[in-house]
Amino acid sequence: MKKVFSRPRSLRKVPFHYCPGCGHSIIHRLVAEVIDEMGLREITIGVPPAGCAVLAYFYFDFDMGESPHGRGTALATGLKRALPDRLVFTYQGDGDIAAIGTAETIHTANRGENITALFINNACYGMTGGQMAPTTLLGQNTTTSPGGREGLRDGYPIRLSEMLALTDGSAYIERTAVNSPVNIRKTKKAIAKGFKVQMDGLGFSLIEIVSPCPTNWRMSSHEACQWIEKEIIQYYPLGVIKDVTKRGQGC
Amino acid sequence: MNGRTSLKGYIEIDREFCKGCKLCIEFCPKGIISLSNNLNQKGYHPAYFTEENTKKEKRQCTGCSICAIVCPEVAIEVYRG
Amino acid sequence: MRGNHVVAEAAIRAGCRFYFGYPITPQNETPEYMAAALSKLKDGVFIQAESELAAINMVIGGSMAGVRVMTSSSSPGISLKQEGISYLAALELPAVIVNMCRGGPGLGNIAPAQSDYFQATRGGGHGDYRNIVLAPSSCQELAELTMEAFDLADIYRIPVIILADGMLGQMMEPVEFPDHKNPKKLSPKDWALTGAKGRPGRVIRSLILDPVLEEEHNWKLMRKYERIQKKEVRYETFLLGDAKMAVVAFGTAARIAKGAVQKVREQGLKVGLLRPISLWPFPEKVLVELGKRVKLFFVFEMNMGQMVEDVRIALGRDGDIHFYGRPGGVVPTPLEISRIISSHYLRKRL
Repeated sequence: MKKVFSRPRSLRKVPFHYCPGCGHSIIHRLVAEVIDEMGLREITIGVPPAGCAVLAYFYFDFDMGESPHGRGTALATGLKRALPDRLVFTYQGDGDIAAIGTAETIHTANRGENITALFINNACYGMTGGQMAPTTLLGQNTTTSPGGREGLRDGYPIRLSEMLALTDGSAYIERTAVNSPVNIRKTKKAIAKGFKVQMDGLGFSLIEIVSPCPTNWRMSSHEACQWIEKEIIQYYPLGVIKDVTKRGQGC
Repeated sequence: MNGRTSLKGYIEIDREFCKGCKLCIEFCPKGIISLSNNLNQKGYHPAYFTEENTKKEKRQCTGCSICAIVCPEVAIEVYRG
Repeated sequence: MRGNHVVAEAAIRAGCRFYFGYPITPQNETPEYMAAALSKLKDGVFIQAESELAAINMVIGGSMAGVRVMTSSSSPGISLKQEGISYLAALELPAVIVNMCRGGPGLGNIAPAQSDYFQATRGGGHGDYRNIVLAPSSCQELAELTMEAFDLADIYRIPVIILADGMLGQMMEPVEFPDHKNPKKLSPKDWALTGAKGRPGRVIRSLILDPVLEEEHNWKLMRKYERIQKKEVRYETFLLGDAKMAVVAFGTAARIAKGAVQKVREQGLKVGLLRPISLWPFPEKVLVELGKRVKLFFVFEMNMGQMVEDVRIALGRDGDIHFYGRPGGVVPTPLEISRIISSHYLRKRL
């Protein structure tokens, strides 16, 4: 019997603090797997956000520099410009990248910075207890959109990935999800593609990953995966949004 | 079977890492993982491999790794052969 | 050379190859100079960020990678950087931040002022921390202090603020620069993030959830600040030897005060000047010594009275301290200040 699946080297053998069924845990493993398979561990510098995933530096066994909430892409810009041959990626929640960090994200993309932003879209602010996020769906109930989000009162769910595809500096943007084995595999490929685009120096890459947050959605892990399929993906379709490596693709 | 001897698999679930989220149970094509009714140190009912003691030939598990792929806690190791 | 250019040239000579800034009068010439100069250097990086806030976070990123890095702005822009400066202090990251202070508060104006003294010397952002704050009063000193700032930042792993003002930034004076430092020959930083080659992953973070550990981190920072207070105080004295009255002023205000002291000396009044150069660490000891033989103090600032509080803290109740402030970008003449000094002096019949 050959072992065909085990913990990636870049992921410390430490239990996650994440809730049962949380998408962050799965994404952490995928990031570590990709970094191991691409042999990048020794040149990787990650930028964890302020949010549930801030503790990512307990789990990843490579260099990590924590950024103030929302400033990940700006901080990563400084890191990457100082170390142009390293792999620099940010790991940010929807509030981090699409609310407080919107300006930094848009301009980092616009400058075509060779970094990869991992945008974890779990449709709420996880760490702080399930408040409304920029990606919270219309009608979705959160602790700060009681009775469901209303467009004209709370704003509409923002489509940051599509917006960033309009910047000429962005090279690869894809939206995936981790709510099923197939989507998890696609997410892994997308992360690998993002890192490749970065290492090839083609410009800014963004992988938006729709991720279950059972605790704050008040659902079981499996229901959360189904809710992604039924609700989120209708508003946030999965797929490649921009890919400069393929001619005539994307917006 | 189309004459090919089908591969057999085997999984090990780390009961202390498992948080009983049941994703592996939901997604396992053979439905051969279930929740144990005793608790791990954190107070979760951990999942367990029902064919743990079944002989290799009788096992349905093919080592497809879907359980490990969906497991958030990287609690499952998969063997095949 | 113009002050704003001097700062940029001095930074490059100090081995700084990374500058992240944003336009704001009265310091625009610094990013302009950096854009031209750094683009000519193979290892130079200049970014005009989308905001001062983004700029300071790029500084954090660059500093984490172990390079010498600088940003500059003026009062409103410096306010936008306070969150980032608090992180630099907590993360113990070296960086140089230049503030060409202008009339405030709010949008204020573009005239020179010293109203950011508290913001610079009391930390400015959230949490218990201090920054080293150096206040030049000439272009030559601007060059020297900027280069020194980079060394101090690296030695103590702390953000260093150059607190000047719009006048100093726009003023032209002859300057002699110390020679270039090669960034490659700077002392290595074993704490920097460079990629975990042959070592476990390294983390630079300021989130410390356990209050006991966070408290210890604060004590660690405090021990650093005490070391700095013992070793890094800088000041200049002028005609204080036989003085019966001491004027205390920094930066541009000190230049004006020096002119005023010379005027009253011509009238035979025994007045001298103490000019703090390091605003933090504040030159408390020299003031206490001075207070033993000089009973009358006159503090002149281009603000509503900020450094005067540090003077009061140093001298306690026994110092007879008078304050004269001109905020909002008004720059009084030495003659005007000399009249006020002499009126205090004569009223005391010293």
